[in-house]
Amino acid sequence: MYRYDEFDRRLVDERVEQFRRQVKRRLDGELSEDQFKPLRLLNGLYLQLHAYMLRIAIPYGCLSAIQLRKLAHIGRRYDKGYGHFTTRQNLQFHWIKLEETPDILAELAEVEMHGIQTSGNSFRNTTTDQYAGAAADELEDPRSYCEIIRQWSTLHPEFSFLPRKFKIAVTTTPHDRAAVKVHDIGLRMLRNEAGENGFEVMVGGGLGRTPFVGKVIRDFLPKQHLLSYLEAILRVYNQLGRRDNLFKARIKILVQQTGTEKFAKLVEEEWEQIKDGALQLPREEIERIASYFAPPSYEELDAQVPEFEAKIAENPDFQTWVKTNVFPHKQPGYAIANLSLKPVGGTPGDMSSEQMDAVADLADLYSFGEIRVSHRQNLVLPYVKRADLYSLWEQLSPLGLATPNIGLTSDIICCPGLDYCGLATARSIPIAEEISERFDDLDRLHEIGEVEIKISGCINACGHHHVGHIGILGLDKAGEEFYQLTLGGAADEDASLGKVVGPGFSGDEIVDAVETVLDTYVSIRDEGERFIETFRRVGMAPFKEGLYPK
Amino acid sequence: MALIVEGKLVEDRWIALGDEAPLPGGDPIIVSLARWRTERDELVGRGGPLGIRLHSDESPAQIADDLKHFELVALEFPAFRDGRAYSYARLLRERYGFGGEVRAVGDVLLEQLLFMHRCGFNAFEISSEHPVDDWVTATSEIGVWYQPTGDGRETIMAMRRARG
Repeated sequence: MYRYDEFDRRLVDERVEQFRRQVKRRLDGELSEDQFKPLRLLNGLYLQLHAYMLRIAIPYGCLSAIQLRKLAHIGRRYDKGYGHFTTRQNLQFHWIKLEETPDILAELAEVEMHGIQTSGNSFRNTTTDQYAGAAADELEDPRSYCEIIRQWSTLHPEFSFLPRKFKIAVTTTPHDRAAVKVHDIGLRMLRNEAGENGFEVMVGGGLGRTPFVGKVIRDFLPKQHLLSYLEAILRVYNQLGRRDNLFKARIKILVQQTGTEKFAKLVEEEWEQIKDGALQLPREEIERIASYFAPPSYEELDAQVPEFEAKIAENPDFQTWVKTNVFPHKQPGYAIANLSLKPVGGTPGDMSSEQMDAVADLADLYSFGEIRVSHRQNLVLPYVKRADLYSLWEQLSPLGLATPNIGLTSDIICCPGLDYCGLATARSIPIAEEISERFDDLDRLHEIGEVEIKISGCINACGHHHVGHIGILGLDKAGEEFYQLTLGGAADEDASLGKVVGPGFSGDEIVDAVETVLDTYVSIRDEGERFIETFRRVGMAPFKEGLYPK
Repeated sequence: MALIVEGKLVEDRWIALGDEAPLPGGDPIIVSLARWRTERDELVGRGGPLGIRLHSDESPAQIADDLKHFELVALEFPAFRDGRAYSYARLLRERYGFGGEVRAVGDVLLEQLLFMHRCGFNAFEISSEHPVDDWVTATSEIGVWYQPTGDGRETIMAMRRARG
């Protein structure tokens, strides 16, 4: 994992003290809420329906056990004993008192954490594959590049007041687990014919009111030019992005209105001017950062682990969990273990302080003290010996963290919705809870197989509904919550935007509608066909017939 | 409104000239881009110090070839959220090599002064009762930077290299 040196630490410490002074000025009445708002937003502090919400950055989803324990402590000491993991691999607390935030940030700084740029119109947390460093199919560990981007994008003097927020995601695997095509900038590592690694650069993807899949503006960017190219994109966007209308301010609108080719040309022209300047990344600097992400001290193990195979054979529950929640590892004898934060009837992404403490201990015991957060709001222990999986599973079960549903119907992405958020038009959490209750039968869940349901409580699409295989958007119609259903979205390398299936459903009807869609799929699928594949083969018609019988 | 130039409180010697106002003799004046375009010859021929004020949708690229005529470029922040002028200031300094005064005008928050200074602004119109103290605080709160810009401040990468 990356560790702060004295410079990283100094920046965060200074930032805490700066914010402490700003909060004092606010509490003393020197600053009005209007004047204070941009300052608190630069530190991840939102004012929501019932209280302040503090969003804490978890750079590219990497947490140490020490950091997770600190988050557990903050949840207990300053909040209601739980936190909420987000689709940006961050964590937010929903019941924060303004006067305590400087102390919270100071406590976070002790473990190399902060809330800098988790809100406001600047760079947000750069995200990546939750299996980074452990996945067998990665060209390189993406975390090095995420960390390089993190440093460059932290308190950037030129780009701290962009037209709108800005999100970058990086993937280095053929199968994209980081949804890079629906980001303001998506970076996908490729190897060219000369055997060098570089990045395919996509811009203008995004969700929200006007969803787009990102457009490729450069097929291959040599690694040493990563930052100058990003700076060129941002400089074009900062100057030309729309500032007259909040809803048209994201880079996707600029790219769309300018045209991809012309936008690419503007970027290339800017880049020509700066590519050989101070932002060039010397190979030694890339290697220096990469050394922080060196593999842990693995044991030399056999790929075959007889005691693990025996446990699978004798315990069907364990077998089920392994089938869905365990992912192959690049190191023989090791595995990646997913911890589901989607228990039946629970709020997706929520985790109690007790669970955090317990997972921190398990990470120390079984995963070199490292934890990952996935953009699908689950946790990952990235370095578990296959021989330890059974013990791990046995300890996760009583914690409620061994639900065997990763990638299945009840593994739902869900925004906080009207239960917390001032922007929401409908509740989303209760819908997710109800779906997970409806599909609580494991045999049925596994029979249906892989499907991604994503729920947003308003058109801002924090729950990524556009790219759910099944997307649910909560709206308000004359004071009543109602839900629009979309089908056929995907966020991976075959990214696509879902289409609205027809008239919306009331809160009482929407879960039935989801069930109808899934039953239709099961009845018409070819053998071994995933939901999304069936949808792409047959289109909307059979689902429509099921949902709106004549 | 107080004017801070190079970290010092100074009297503003420049006249912000309206587009219709008659040209004064040799006094330092700041004109709009529109006026520069229509009265270029008169303004150059006048001989006195000349500055130009650019709205946030007017890129200095439009005057890149004319910069030798100006001692001052004022960049407007119509609202603190409008961050275009950060890019403009860097272009002025780092691309066009402008060595005169680059002044931040409009909705200039104390918390933004350091960002602006890093981008190449060296003059700031701020509303403050203790402008020099506020300047010192604003520019000393954060003392380390990752990004190389034209302001010459040492970056963290350079400090790491020096440390070895």
